[in-house]
Amino acid sequence: MLRDLESATPAPETIRLEATRGFSRVLAPRELWRYRDLAAQIALRDITVRYRQTLLGAAWAVLQPIGFMVVFSLFFGSLAGVTTNGLPYAPFYLAALVPWTFFANAMLLGSDSLVANSGLVSKIYFPRIFMPAGILVAGFVDLAISTVILLIIVFAWGLVPSAAILVVPLLVAIAAAAALGASTLLSALNVRYRDIRYVVPFGIQLWLFASPVAYPSSLLEEPWRTISAINPMVGVVEGFRWATLGEGAPPWDLIGISAVAAVAILLAGLAYFDRVERGFADYV
Amino acid sequence: MAATAIETEGLGKRYRLGLHKRGYGTLREAITGVFHKEDDEPDYDGPEFLWALRDLSLTIRQGEVVGLVGHNGAGKSTLLKILSRITEPTEGHVDVTGRVGSLLEVGTGFHPELTGRENIFLNGSILGMRKAEIRKRFDEIVEFAEIERFLDTPVKRYSSGMSVRLAFAVAAHLEPEILLVDEVLAVGDASFQRKSLGKMTEVASQGRTVVFVSHNLAIIQALCERGVLLERGRAVADGPVKETIDQYLTALERSASDDLLERTDRDRRGYYDTQICRVEIADTSGGPADVIVSGQPATITVDVTEEVPALECRLTIADSLGQPVTSMDSEISAPADVREPGRGTRLECQLASLPLLPGRYRIDVLLKAGRHIQDGLQAAGFFDVQPGVIDGRPVPPAGADGSIVLPHAWRLPT
Repeated sequence: MLRDLESATPAPETIRLEATRGFSRVLAPRELWRYRDLAAQIALRDITVRYRQTLLGAAWAVLQPIGFMVVFSLFFGSLAGVTTNGLPYAPFYLAALVPWTFFANAMLLGSDSLVANSGLVSKIYFPRIFMPAGILVAGFVDLAISTVILLIIVFAWGLVPSAAILVVPLLVAIAAAAALGASTLLSALNVRYRDIRYVVPFGIQLWLFASPVAYPSSLLEEPWRTISAINPMVGVVEGFRWATLGEGAPPWDLIGISAVAAVAILLAGLAYFDRVERGFADYV
Repeated sequence: MAATAIETEGLGKRYRLGLHKRGYGTLREAITGVFHKEDDEPDYDGPEFLWALRDLSLTIRQGEVVGLVGHNGAGKSTLLKILSRITEPTEGHVDVTGRVGSLLEVGTGFHPELTGRENIFLNGSILGMRKAEIRKRFDEIVEFAEIERFLDTPVKRYSSGMSVRLAFAVAAHLEPEILLVDEVLAVGDASFQRKSLGKMTEVASQGRTVVFVSHNLAIIQALCERGVLLERGRAVADGPVKETIDQYLTALERSASDDLLERTDRDRRGYYDTQICRVEIADTSGGPADVIVSGQPATITVDVTEEVPALECRLTIADSLGQPVTSMDSEISAPADVREPGRGTRLECQLASLPLLPGRYRIDVLLKAGRHIQDGLQAAGFFDVQPGVIDGRPVPPAGADGSIVLPHAWRLPT
């Protein structure tokens, strides 16, 4: 209430606009705070727009991982006989597909977010980071829905998650950091180089098979198993399996390495985004 | 004296040219570019670069209503883009005091998938407003924009007129301390234009700052007290609006008498397979060019540089304030039109009688071929209309209104 009164008669604030150099804008706390309502609006918008004018609506949040789960169970499990370390196919694959789908969608939609919203970017100012970040936040809704489905399937197959399930928020944070880093980098590149639009869907497919989604990472021999965790999704996916299925040894080594890698990707993405943000309106 | 709202100092914005020829640049170019680092600082004053704004120092006080005038490409829109923080200046700086609401070109800042209602809130938060403030103004906005029935329709289904009405309503009602408006009023019907102008006057009278860009000098003159003339990115005149406009008109005439190919304000959308190089109007009796007697037949001649198939031409005659009087478009054909093979680079538009009141007029030219605009020039030519006779009636009739005279006859009691 008090805040409303204040902003109704705001003390006019002077902003200096000039060519920026170095790091300054992307994470400028005052700037982000000033536009906090907008950040919420954009995230809300991404949630409402995501499944608007679709026949199945939010069911898509679930259909995508479930579809992959069926396909993987048939081809990798039944036909190719890829080991699942003795776990039933459905929960084994779905426990990996839930965080993977969250990550892949945030990257796919996020990398296109600036170009897709060129109408806003070229007409009004706001911290541009809100675009890929809004996509990411909207993805949490899908993630929550599909996690519930995952737990239903876990119980249906007679498994019981252990206390390890409390690690899930940490794993989600790692996936979110990696996704935000990748999508800020890719969305910024996409403004300049429309190649990105074709690279991303293809890259996501490669990344899927580079991550232990369709197979357990124990298939890799050491030291490769540990080294593979520089792909942040390795720690996230294996961690998710351990945390939700209540089976196996905790893959703390993988989670640790992946967390570091995710932070590195995030910093790299933000650094590049910051460097090129000022030119978006001139190129988009 | 009122506090400063906008203060620019040494403001400059540089663009690299030739981008549209090389596309967006490919990733490969960027990657190879990393390994072939340019050692030399490029020549920023060279032909590869364009300074859309240069060395602009301008102070606008709170409550001032400022009109920006100038050719296409003089830097007006670039200035508004910098003020609204969409793009950064290359050099210099601006200090902006207060919340900025902007209305740049058509279809401003709406998300097409969201409904009108949702977009109002989105735009409000872009302006930095709290939800409660927006709610307070909501009904007013909807009523002003006349979109009650479409409030829950996604904006992508709006007509362009509806979008502009809503955009204007949002920008004007959300109480920005500084309102930037770029040429948007050209869209929308006349009654909405009038309403918008009224709203802008009201905004200005509440002590808020308005910076306004329009090609319509009559609107600028009516609305603004101060005018700034931009030419090639620099402010060349700044003062009472009437004086600035006069100076602009003088500059326009000067540029029409120069070689048209030297003009830098060509329509930015042009393809330039062919360009306008000369525009002239003459009466058919062989009198002096660019002086026509009211009611006499006349021919407007446009010379272009290259012969291009399916060339179409649109001529707009405007009065001295830039207010269009009438236009002639070859794309809308009539049986009397003649298309001759091997006609070369000269287009002619014949008028059986020039029904204009005495005064000074200008001709704007737009060339099209296929579906593309080839070239466009405002104020490509000027001419004077001298008093004459139409259907035996002297022109101008005493106390004439407007700019044109229709051939007519009366039936009256004796």
